[in-house]
Amino acid sequence: MSRLAPFVLIAILLAGWEIACRLMQVPVYFLPPPSAVALALSEHWPALVAASWRTLSVALISLVLASLIAQALAILTALSPLLDRAIRPLASVVQVTPVVAIAPLVLIWAGLDHPERALVTLAVLVAFFPIFSGATAGLRSADPDLERLFALYGAGRWQRVMRLRLPSAVPFLLEGHKVGAGLALIGAVVAEFGAGSGGVRGLAWQILDAGNKLQTDRMIAALVVLGAMGVALHAALEAIERAGLRWWRGR
Amino acid sequence: MTSPVTLSNVEVDYDRGLALGPMSLDIAAGEIVALVGPSGCGKSTALRLLAGLEAPTRGTVTRAAGRGETAVVFQAPTLAPWLSAQANVALPLELAGTPRPEARRRADEALARVGLGAAVAARPAQLSGGMAMRVSLARALVTSPRLLLLDEPFAALDEITRRTLADDVLALWATTQPAIIFVTHNVEEAVYMASRVVVISRGPGRIVGDFSVDGPLPRPPQFRTQAAFRTTVEAVSASLAEGVAA
Repeated sequence: MSRLAPFVLIAILLAGWEIACRLMQVPVYFLPPPSAVALALSEHWPALVAASWRTLSVALISLVLASLIAQALAILTALSPLLDRAIRPLASVVQVTPVVAIAPLVLIWAGLDHPERALVTLAVLVAFFPIFSGATAGLRSADPDLERLFALYGAGRWQRVMRLRLPSAVPFLLEGHKVGAGLALIGAVVAEFGAGSGGVRGLAWQILDAGNKLQTDRMIAALVVLGAMGVALHAALEAIERAGLRWWRGR
Repeated sequence: MTSPVTLSNVEVDYDRGLALGPMSLDIAAGEIVALVGPSGCGKSTALRLLAGLEAPTRGTVTRAAGRGETAVVFQAPTLAPWLSAQANVALPLELAGTPRPEARRRADEALARVGLGAAVAARPAQLSGGMAMRVSLARALVTSPRLLLLDEPFAALDEITRRTLADDVLALWATTQPAIIFVTHNVEEAVYMASRVVVISRGPGRIVGDFSVDGPLPRPPQFRTQAAFRTTVEAVSASLAEGVAA
């Protein structure tokens, strides 16, 4: 019963929206009723699916790249205190810089001929930080007594990182990737907005294009698809995190 | 045989002044020494000095037992949760460069010696507290150390498990006879397991009593009821009480 609660609420809200639109005769270009959105959704379905795939693939490629870069840098910080000092402040700069503010520059540098590269770059910048900070925190989370044992058994720096600190970091890495995946999707959409019509024709472009043509129903339909994709991505990573933790803990 | 480790006039300072010492302690090969004292007296610090995990502020630690010949068991099992019992036990060997198949085979033998031959594939989370402690013990024994250090290894376990594990440690000692130094705050456990009981006082930690315990090792079943056992327990308890009062 409680699992149905959110769906009941959605149904009530949609019904209220539909009734209000009809009673007050709101113009369709201003606020279309849910029925019109549903119609737009089915009418533009193939285009929306294709656009979703473009946006999602940018997000997924960015997640993989951000994951590799963030983990490699985190391992470097664990291996050398000097590199740790050098890398951390720069990582923070990446985190606090809004992606929309760097988008125009990145689009000029990477995007003139290959807009998808610019989008991936921007989404990587957004997804990088949670994975990096999860990895650095995780690499410091090893049991201090296990660290002592590794010292006693004469383990080298590399052995300590690869055989103790990195495996100890797994729960933090799983969490970081879950947050990073959501941000990669947001980063991909924001970057598409920044790229405008010159960019990859993903979901954000669908929203922009529909807005230019005052097709409000199509705008909302694209938003619905975007929301559903975000929820699905989050659920998928949550499942991966649960399975990963179960493996790591051994039960 | 030379002494595996000796402390000569060692002192350890912490932020708030002297924490330990001056302390001198000579450990004989194959000896089982219990360090007893109130909490906060620096017994664990003394153990870390003996293990070479910490350096003294002043004084010298002379170690004949090399790196690979020293093993430590901590209060908690301290196992890697992502590794099987076998892989946990094989770890010290693998870190020292032993090829994996041989390390795993010796790990299986060590686990069999602590009665866990059937649990080699289990993860730490699937084991009881006593079983996890046995895995930890197997990991310490797999390198055949000359010096085995135990830091309140059974403190978190119930009485029955404690006693069983104490007998297991003595049985294992009988095979290769490493020097064993263990920290405890339980006087009866100290007298039961050790051939020598060293009492440490608090603030700063100093040796206030050094008792040798007569009787065969491993202990016969009725050892706890014998007069010699009771007398030594009382002598150690009296020394402990003086140390706390001082």
